[in-house]
Amino acid sequence: MSNISETDLHAYADGQLNDARRVQVEAHLAHDTAATESVRAWREQNEALRALYNPVLNEPVPQRLLAARRARGRWPYYALAAGAMGMSFGMGWMAQSFRTDRFVEAAALPRRAAVAYAVYAPEVRHPVEVGADQQEHLVKWLSKRLGNELKVPVLTQQGFELVGGRLLPGGKGPVAQFMYQDAKGQRITLYVSLRDVEPRDTAFRFSQEDKVAVFYWIDGKLGYALSAEMDRESLLAVATVVYRQLNP
Amino acid sequence: MESAAIAEHIPRLRRYARALAGDSHRADDLVQDTLERALVKFHLWRHGSDLRAWMFSIMHNVFINQLKSRRELELDDATESSLESPPQSDPLQLRDLDAALRCLPAEQREVLLLVGLEQLSYAETSQALGVPIGTVMSRLSRGRERLRALMSGAHLPETNSVTNLKVVK
Repeated sequence: MSNISETDLHAYADGQLNDARRVQVEAHLAHDTAATESVRAWREQNEALRALYNPVLNEPVPQRLLAARRARGRWPYYALAAGAMGMSFGMGWMAQSFRTDRFVEAAALPRRAAVAYAVYAPEVRHPVEVGADQQEHLVKWLSKRLGNELKVPVLTQQGFELVGGRLLPGGKGPVAQFMYQDAKGQRITLYVSLRDVEPRDTAFRFSQEDKVAVFYWIDGKLGYALSAEMDRESLLAVATVVYRQLNP
Repeated sequence: MESAAIAEHIPRLRRYARALAGDSHRADDLVQDTLERALVKFHLWRHGSDLRAWMFSIMHNVFINQLKSRRELELDDATESSLESPPQSDPLQLRDLDAALRCLPAEQREVLLLVGLEQLSYAETSQALGVPIGTVMSRLSRGRERLRALMSGAHLPETNSVTNLKVVK
């Protein structure tokens, strides 16, 4: 007789055994009535728990819980609304929301990038501070301000031409924003900031900030976020190219 | 995106919280605190790992903190005394089950619910509670025996009867 432990009996009752072990336990149970009774009682407990609490699954979710999970996710648009009344109020609001928890910092990258996109992408006359015609100066200037040598990806093959760039205030100092545009006027921005906290990894991440889709990643000292009002797949194609050019 | 991913889990978090906390208002407080913490810490979640198990681990931390602040944390089984047995009616009456769950130490109730109600694997349960699998198994074993005794209306011994996992054959 193989030795069957109480752990095996629990795992059997909970359906967590592989086929081979299950057969062994069944063979054991055939002649151990006490163990059989335990297994039956445990299964009955599981079923009773589900019968008692499953109805909660079908209850409407209280409004306050829906509000809880939305509270932070939707703030860029509150910030934008505030921006219409006065940017300083908006920034104060943002600063306050960041003070609440330092963990917000890392998640802040796509949000800041999306806000910056939403503010400057619709700009008709002054979308950038320095135009693409002065690209060399633009890159030198922003590299100096961020204290890191920046590279500007070329997205011509994807149909996007560089419009130019600007300097923005970020959570930890200066941020560079490069803007691209295609023939239809669709704009994409690449937001480059000094990273705020230790990254967990440098993998691509995606965030949908209301209408603005953002792919972001952290590479060394810099955090990158590519933002556009376009669908996830199309933006991913561009983000992949940007990432490859920055990491040849 | 994160709020949508997290929102999917609200009904199941509510079910677990209801069974864990009993009272529906307290249960929803627990869910609300869990959701708020999950959003703040979303970047710590490893993409590709089970979001639900991660949410349960956050709820566990929130729950333990709430118990501590109310000084209700049953630290070990030594405190399992003077428990009233539920009414001695037919075994496994559903209305008694909820009362019987309240009589379990919180740590046993958590394991019993994550495994029996939420159907997490033992490994996921161990991860969610931050304890070794061996501890999950011994809590499960003690919790199930205790629940069985409570539901059958038996009077429980006041001592910390250690029922370690043993080889039955």
